Amino acid sequence: MTLIATESLTKTYGGGVTALADLTVAVEPGIIGLVGANGAGKSTLIKILLGLLAPTGGRVRVLGLDPTTDSARVRARVGYMPEHDALPPDLSAAELVTHLGRISGLPRTVARERASEALRHVGLYEERYRPVGGYSTGMKQRVKLAQALVHDPDLLLLDEPTNGLDPAGRDAMLALVHRIGTEFGISVLVCSHLLGEVERICDTLVAIDSGRLLRADRISAMTSATDVLAVEVSEGTEELAARLAALQLPVGREGRLLLVPLADDATYDLILGAVAELDLPLHRLDQRRHRVAELFATKEPSHA
Amino acid sequence: MPEPTGVIHDIGYQRYTGPRLGRRQVFGALYLHGLRTAFGLGRSAKAKIFPWLVVGIVTVVAAGLTAVRSQIGQVVMTYAQFADAMSWLVIFFVAVAAPELVSRDLRSGVLPLYFSRPLPRADYPLAKLLALATALWLLLGAPQLVMFLGAAFTTDDGLRGVWNELLDLLPGLLYAGLWAVVFASIGLLVASLTGKRAFAAGGIVAVFLMTTPIVGTLSIMPSRAVNELAFLASPSTLVNGVGTWALGDLLVGEGGGGLPIGDFGPVYAGAAVLLVATCVVLLLARYRKVATR
Repeated sequence: MTLIATESLTKTYGGGVTALADLTVAVEPGIIGLVGANGAGKSTLIKILLGLLAPTGGRVRVLGLDPTTDSARVRARVGYMPEHDALPPDLSAAELVTHLGRISGLPRTVARERASEALRHVGLYEERYRPVGGYSTGMKQRVKLAQALVHDPDLLLLDEPTNGLDPAGRDAMLALVHRIGTEFGISVLVCSHLLGEVERICDTLVAIDSGRLLRADRISAMTSATDVLAVEVSEGTEELAARLAALQLPVGREGRLLLVPLADDATYDLILGAVAELDLPLHRLDQRRHRVAELFATKEPSHA
Repeated sequence: MPEPTGVIHDIGYQRYTGPRLGRRQVFGALYLHGLRTAFGLGRSAKAKIFPWLVVGIVTVVAAGLTAVRSQIGQVVMTYAQFADAMSWLVIFFVAVAAPELVSRDLRSGVLPLYFSRPLPRADYPLAKLLALATALWLLLGAPQLVMFLGAAFTTDDGLRGVWNELLDLLPGLLYAGLWAVVFASIGLLVASLTGKRAFAAGGIVAVFLMTTPIVGTLSIMPSRAVNELAFLASPSTLVNGVGTWALGDLLVGEGGGGLPIGDFGPVYAGAAVLLVATCVVLLLARYRKVATR
C-alpha cells in the first residue's frame, strides 16, 4: 500500500505566493524524512495531508484516502505534532492528553488509559500530573508527541520534532521516533531542515525546495554520507591535505578548513593520526551536519 | 533514550482496536469539558474563585428573597425580575468565563491539536457556545429553582399554589435562557478575537457597559419612535425590552416600571434573534479562518 501519494500537487496562497509547485511523490510505509529549508513548503504539505488546507491543484492520497473530500476519516487515522508551542500551561499532561484522546473519539476510560500509556512511551512518568507550564522544552515536545499517539494512529506527522532541543534531547527524540516507526508499527513522516538529523532514522527521504521536489528515494539509495568532519589546523593545512589524500580520504577545502566525509568512527582516528604524525597544532575537529541547502547544491545538478 | 528503571513488565506498545465514538459523543465531550471549565472545575483553585463567588452571591440573594417572602408573605421579586436584577453579575461572569473558554486556547496554540482530529471545524465553537450558554442559564436558573422550592414548601394553597408557582417559574427560566443565549454569543465572539484574556475580558465588559450611554442619549432625543427604539442599542436593554414585551406583568410587576418600548415589542424580539444569529455566523467564520493556520 502506498502511504502518501501526491500528483502534480500545487498550492498557491492568495497574493500569488506558491508554497507547493507541481509536487509528485509517492512513499511507502516506514519512517519518511521530509527535508527542506524553512519556507520550502513542508508545513503546507502537512496541512494538505491533514485536509486542513485545500490544494489549488493536483491530487493527494493519504492511507488510500483523499484528504480533500474525506478529511475526517484521514484525521481519525493520523496523529499530528505541530512545530510551535501547542500546550495550555495550566493543564497537566495527563489531563490534556486524555482530553485530546476523547476528542479523537476514544471512550472516557480508554482515553485515560491510553493517555498514561502514551505518556509512558514518550518517557513521562510521575511528572505527567504536574501543570505543563513548568515543563522543560524537551518534556513539552514529548507531550506533543504523546497527544499525537494517544488515539493509535496509522501515520504520525511530526513537524520539526527536535526544534529547540539540546543535542542530547535531539538524540533522545530521534531515538523515540525511530522506536515508534520500527517497534510500534506506525508510519512516521518527520519534517526537518536538518538533513543529517533525519537521515539517521529514516528509510525514505523526500527533499523539497521552494515547493518543488528535489529528490525522493530510499535512504539506502543515497549512500553518500552527508556528515562531514571539519578539520582546522593553525599551520600546515597543505601538508595535512596531502597526507589525508594519501590515506584515500576525499578531502575538500573551504577557506582554512579541510572537509572530510565521515564514513565511520575510523575516520576520526585516521585524521587524528595524520595530525599527530605531522605534529601539527590542531585547532578544531568537529562533525558538521549538512544543511539541506548544501545537499541541494551538490545533488541538484546530478538530479537534473 | 534512558530505559525506564524499576519497571517489571514492559508490555510494549498496544494497538487499539476498540470502538471509536462518533461526532455526537465527541461534541458532548467537548461541551462537558467547556461547561466544567466555565465553573473552574478541573482547573486550578485560582480559576475557581470567581465563578463560585458569583454562584454564591446569586444563591444567597435567592435564599434571602425566599426567606423574606416566607416571613412577610409578599413577593419581593418575581422570577424574571430576579434574572434582570442579576444581569450585571452575568456580565462579569461572561467576562471571566468566555476568555477562559476560547482565548486561552487561541493563546496557547492548542487549536491545531483539535483541528488535526476528526472534529468538524464548526463543532469546536458551537460546543463552547453551548457550554457558556448552559453555564449562564444554570447561573440564573438554579437560584430561581431555590426560590421556587422555598415558595412551594411555604405555600398556603396546597397543590394549587405549587402549580401557580410553577407557572410563574417557567417563563422566568425561559427568560433566563434568553439572557444566557444573548450574552454567551456576544461574549464568546468578542473573546474569540483575541488570545489575551485581559483584553477579551475588557472587550466584553466594554460591549455591555459602553453601549448603555448610547441608550441614554437616544432615549432623550426629541422623537417618540427613537425613544422607544433606543433600548435596541445595548444588549442588556435589548433583552429587557424583549422581556417587557413577552412577559408583561411577570417582569414589570403591578406598579409598572418596564421599559417604555411602545408597540415595538416584536421589533425587539426580532433584533434579539438577529443579534444572536449574527454573532454565531461571525463566530463560525472566525473559526473557519483560525482552523487553517
